[in-house]
Amino acid sequence: MTEREVVIKLRGIRNQFGRQVVHEDLDLDVYRGEILGVVGGSGTGKSVLLRTIAGLQKPAAGSVDVLGTDVLNADEDTRQKLESRWGVMFQDGALFSSLTVRENVEVPMRAIPGLDPQIRRDLADLKISMVGLQYLAGDKYPSELSGGMRKRAGLARALALDPDIVFLDEPTAGLDPIGASAFDQLIRGLSHSLGLTVFLVTHDLDTLHATCDRIAVLAERKVLVTGSMADMLEVDHPWVHEYFHGPRARAAVPDKTKGD
Amino acid sequence: MTGADAAEFGLKPADDTGTVHLSGALTIQTVTTARRQLQALDASAVQRIDLSAVTRLDTAGAWALVTLTRSAGLLEGIEIAGAGTEAASLLQTVERALPNPEAPPRHDGSFAAWLNRFGQRVYSGLMFLRALTAYLGIFLHRLARALRHPSEFKLTSLVHHCEEVGLKAVPIVALMAFLIGVVLAFQGSTQLRQFGAEVFVVDLIAISILRELGILLTAIIVAGRTASAFTAAIGSMKMREEIDAMRTLGLDPGMNLFVPRILALFIMLPILGLIANLAGLFGGALMAWIDLGISPAMFTTRLVEGTAVSHVFVGLVKAPVFALIIGVVGCHAGMQVQSNAESLGRMTSNAVVTAIFAVIVADAVFSIFFARIGI
Repeated sequence: MTEREVVIKLRGIRNQFGRQVVHEDLDLDVYRGEILGVVGGSGTGKSVLLRTIAGLQKPAAGSVDVLGTDVLNADEDTRQKLESRWGVMFQDGALFSSLTVRENVEVPMRAIPGLDPQIRRDLADLKISMVGLQYLAGDKYPSELSGGMRKRAGLARALALDPDIVFLDEPTAGLDPIGASAFDQLIRGLSHSLGLTVFLVTHDLDTLHATCDRIAVLAERKVLVTGSMADMLEVDHPWVHEYFHGPRARAAVPDKTKGD
Repeated sequence: MTGADAAEFGLKPADDTGTVHLSGALTIQTVTTARRQLQALDASAVQRIDLSAVTRLDTAGAWALVTLTRSAGLLEGIEIAGAGTEAASLLQTVERALPNPEAPPRHDGSFAAWLNRFGQRVYSGLMFLRALTAYLGIFLHRLARALRHPSEFKLTSLVHHCEEVGLKAVPIVALMAFLIGVVLAFQGSTQLRQFGAEVFVVDLIAISILRELGILLTAIIVAGRTASAFTAAIGSMKMREEIDAMRTLGLDPGMNLFVPRILALFIMLPILGLIANLAGLFGGALMAWIDLGISPAMFTTRLVEGTAVSHVFVGLVKAPVFALIIGVVGCHAGMQVQSNAESLGRMTSNAVVTAIFAVIVADAVFSIFFARIGI
């Protein structure tokens, strides 16, 4: 494999809540332009890992390096610059409920000095349309949208500043299969056309198949294995085997990759 | 796309071949200037726009190029040259995603539209009153049913709510009434002293507290305390679909949620009113003693001689009505909560405002009524 630029580099991460250790000595690399899917059982700290990288959770030990910046020890200015280069989509969109969808998407753009308000509006409309929402959805409030539309609007806000990296927390949870697969395609398409690096936490095997270039499995407090879907089918760790060979996995795996 | 956003945007006007050369970063940081400069170009002299020196292009920059060069744009039909594969695909993506602005529903400012909105407001206000009446009806119907089928009645729940809305409200209600009594005595004494009519301060305190203030202020405090609690409790159950679950299990929300709550308020509000009356009189008597030297014995004598019992009756007879208003408003608002947290907050504050307003309106109606029949 040719040398690829590492955009997220985690070394020796340790996260704990009280006595309970969630991550210990966790290492992970994410390469530019790839879509990395993070899977793991409930309580293995997938979302905690995402929060750690995005700087919302301070690890007890270890180093987090994003786009060449040491996140944990960066000063305020550097951090702010870095934050405009990543976008986070939370599980239910986490839209500001008192603002319309368009205003939500405009929020990150307001930090740009000298950006004309009309251009900001038009750009917000463009982002809303890029994530596949109707033009008129821009005037609606989050409470007037369905769950799938809120997720799309959340993605539009995460993409507002053309970030290098987007973090997606369970993007397809709670969506119907048609909505979920449309969302998978959306992520894939946007990642391709905008050159995005995507860090995606999910439970959804279909999403892993449809979108991810590489999969990282969280188990035993660390990243147990990383690799493509085909690699995952070879792993003989009991949990990983169960996950990728269970009845649901078999339903999700297309015939050609069915190993056994 | 490199991360360096230090590179400034540059534009070289059309050369002999009609090519405009752009350079540097064409991103959201520079798009405002870039767009202005591109708009200022003389469209007739430009053949193509060359991007080969652009170091960074993002969707904002691509948007500016696409909107200006597509049909009906200022630079319509002008070719974009020198775009790398990434930039070309970005331009294509943006081109495809360009929204078609549909006209938003127009805000009609005419008089007819205003009248229409006004009419709708009035209509929804009337519907709200109708809904409140319906909830009162549900309460009375379920209460009658509980009398016929006592086994369906939730006694434990009633006792629990009596404690919540009654017993736990005693300290705040008593303190409030005590302070009102003190204030009345103090203010009354300074005014009445001018006429040498200090002793009438007893009548002032007694009549105002027994007839109006004791029960009205108690009802207002309870409205703030209990209407919000009812709305929050029922509303959060509604939000989590517990009410629907109850219905599917054959449990009637009216019988299980409304009756114990409203009935508890119905029982406890007169008692709280009585406590408020006593505390108010006590506060007034204390202040009258300290400030005017009216001894407790004298206060009592004057109170018994000068104040008709009808004042107490006039005051307390209002309590059950206030209780029904507060309870029905609180329960109704709780049932209007939708599946989001904002509506819970909105309905809770609505319930408090509506309950307090309705209590004051009802008090005014009572005042007119009693004045007419001459009590």
